[in-house]
Amino acid sequence: MRDGTATKIMTTMLKSITRLSAAGVLVLAGLSVAAAQQDAPAAPESPEAKPEETALPHFPLEEPEEMEWSFAGPFGKFDQQQLQRGFQVYREVCSACHSMKLVPFRALGWEGGPHFSEEEVEALAAEYQIQDGPDDTGEMFERPGRPSDYFPAPFPNDEAARYANGGAVPPDMSVLAKARGVERGFPQFLIDIFTTYQEGGPDYIHALLTGYEDEAPEGVTVLPGQYYNPHYMYAAALAMPPPLFEDLVEYAQNQDDDPNNDVPQTVDQYSRDVAAFLMWAAEPHMEARKSMGFTVIAFLLVFCGLVYYVKRKVWANVEH
Amino acid sequence: MQGTSEYQPRTGIERWIDSRMPLPRLMYDSFIAYPIPRNLNYSYAFGAILSLVLVVQILTGVVLAMHYAANSAIAFNSVEQIMRDVNYGWLLRYMHANGSSMFFIAVYIHMFRGLYYGSYKAPREIQWILGVILFLLMMATAFMGYVLPWGQMSFWGATVITNLFSAIPLVGEGITHWLWGGFAVGNPTLNRFFSLHYLLPFMIVGVVILHVWAFHVTGQTNPTGVEPKSRSDVVPFTPHATMKDAVAMVAFALFFAWFLFYLPNYLGHPDNYTLANPLVTPPHIVPEWYFLPFYAILRAIPSKLGGVIAMFASIIVLFFLPWLDRSKVQSAAYRPLYRIFFWIFVVNVICLGYFGAKPPEGWYVLATQLLTAYYFVHFLIIFPLLGYIEKPRPRPTSITEAVLSKHKSGGGGTPAEAAASPERRG
Repeated sequence: MRDGTATKIMTTMLKSITRLSAAGVLVLAGLSVAAAQQDAPAAPESPEAKPEETALPHFPLEEPEEMEWSFAGPFGKFDQQQLQRGFQVYREVCSACHSMKLVPFRALGWEGGPHFSEEEVEALAAEYQIQDGPDDTGEMFERPGRPSDYFPAPFPNDEAARYANGGAVPPDMSVLAKARGVERGFPQFLIDIFTTYQEGGPDYIHALLTGYEDEAPEGVTVLPGQYYNPHYMYAAALAMPPPLFEDLVEYAQNQDDDPNNDVPQTVDQYSRDVAAFLMWAAEPHMEARKSMGFTVIAFLLVFCGLVYYVKRKVWANVEH
Repeated sequence: MQGTSEYQPRTGIERWIDSRMPLPRLMYDSFIAYPIPRNLNYSYAFGAILSLVLVVQILTGVVLAMHYAANSAIAFNSVEQIMRDVNYGWLLRYMHANGSSMFFIAVYIHMFRGLYYGSYKAPREIQWILGVILFLLMMATAFMGYVLPWGQMSFWGATVITNLFSAIPLVGEGITHWLWGGFAVGNPTLNRFFSLHYLLPFMIVGVVILHVWAFHVTGQTNPTGVEPKSRSDVVPFTPHATMKDAVAMVAFALFFAWFLFYLPNYLGHPDNYTLANPLVTPPHIVPEWYFLPFYAILRAIPSKLGGVIAMFASIIVLFFLPWLDRSKVQSAAYRPLYRIFFWIFVVNVICLGYFGAKPPEGWYVLATQLLTAYYFVHFLIIFPLLGYIEKPRPRPTSITEAVLSKHKSGGGGTPAEAAASPERRG
């Protein structure tokens, strides 16, 4: 009897699916005729998306490589020495063009960061000249930096920055590591939930800094003042010349007598270190966040179990 | 479900209050003695989860507002100040930002549950309509909240969405300028969005009270779709529903914590960490993930006004659901055809969301158009039609019968019984 019902249901189902799909097709046909009659481009809000155009190339031309980061994952921690090296790269190379306006010198002494000592931070800050004022006579003046000051910008305004850099404003680096990231695509973006992948920014920065190529492939035109880099997110070439070269920065870490803690002074190493530093600059409380996360999740797991057993007890005599 | 109150004031002070303003009686009747069907599964816990998330959003939001500056010159920096210098500011801000995503995850499950078990049907139409109003308020609140950090996506998202109003013939441009408080999205827009972003959550609270009130009059639905008939069909809210909701809330908090602590920027867009710049359009403007299905519908129609109408229609159609559904049977558990179409619809909406995030080019355009068409076909054609052609399965005469027959047959029951089992989807 049940088999009979099942067959009946199946037949009805098939019939109605056929009917409904017919109805659907009719509606769709109507819609597409209506669509064809419209000559307006799809998506009124994005002018570049005309359906009749051939698809634009997707940037970056090459996906960034996933690096091993000490700060990745639920138990990730910054490598203090790496942050200090990265800071050195920022200070000696990047800061010539890139500002980092939101980071104060005092942050360099925070735990879970480069963690310089108080004296080191004071000495570092004092190396910068900060504009202050007005003084009693109404004049602005320059004075050595204090830990409470912020990194001064290399250019007074965007216009000056653009003028000095071939028409492109070097972006501020305070949150740059969170402001960049290459789309992960399906199904990788779902896997990322389980692997807690949040390192798209540093991966991209490392890929970009190591990704310059002298010769652009055929079919790619590189304008004068532009540099071909298949890892650049927005185009095939960018206005920033390759900023790093081997032995460009003499790491302070390599200056001591102990050769065991020496690190190679290569473009790859500089890129990793500065990418890690920028991740910290963008997310200075990341270590505190992750360690609190572990406590909270551990607590909630135990709590969830307890609440569940209370619930079982409450419902024990009620079939449901 | 209302009617006689079981509240017995025990002490003198309770009697004194009860005879003047019976708030304790209301609370007792609503959250302690209130009878709930004994066969509710965990999909019914999302109402409680939503209340929890709403409270979290309001609390974190109020504290964030103490540190945030709604001025386009300093809004971006003030958010970064919260992240860096306010004690646990990063926690508040990430909780609030991810909380909105959690809000939408919970509300989508809550709505799909309502669709599956026919929670919108008589006598719960007002209940459902209040829910759709809540959904609209949530969308408005979330949209304006996303503008506040004044990043690139904030600015350009606001530009795209407010520009939709310019599609209205004759008055469109005027309305858009009025919304902006100028000739483009700017500081006046940010100011009013902040004001409204602070106001709307309290309107949500108000409508939530109505929403909860309404179901305390009609009673909750349940997976069988058969109304409770006797005492044995129901259990008191406390401790039964209280504890079950507590389990669900803690489990949801775990899910929330995973994103909050380990993936705080996963659900956001990197471009929003770049200060808003009216002169630089991002290569690809996308809204927050929870708007993507509607954004896909907006872009599917090859005319601006048509797209706007389709997008609003896709939500307005929900208001008419109680009358579009012609079936006498409430729960999908006894509707073999509807159950299939329900899951097709779920997949349809997820696919719309996926294409909403893709650039509108190549075959994506056609795919989005087909999915959009199906969205409306589902509500306007399949829904009414199913009422006439579908042969529902036999329903149990009471909740108690359904529960007991399930337990008698044990794990491997007959197909019909297995399908009727409300816990299957728990």
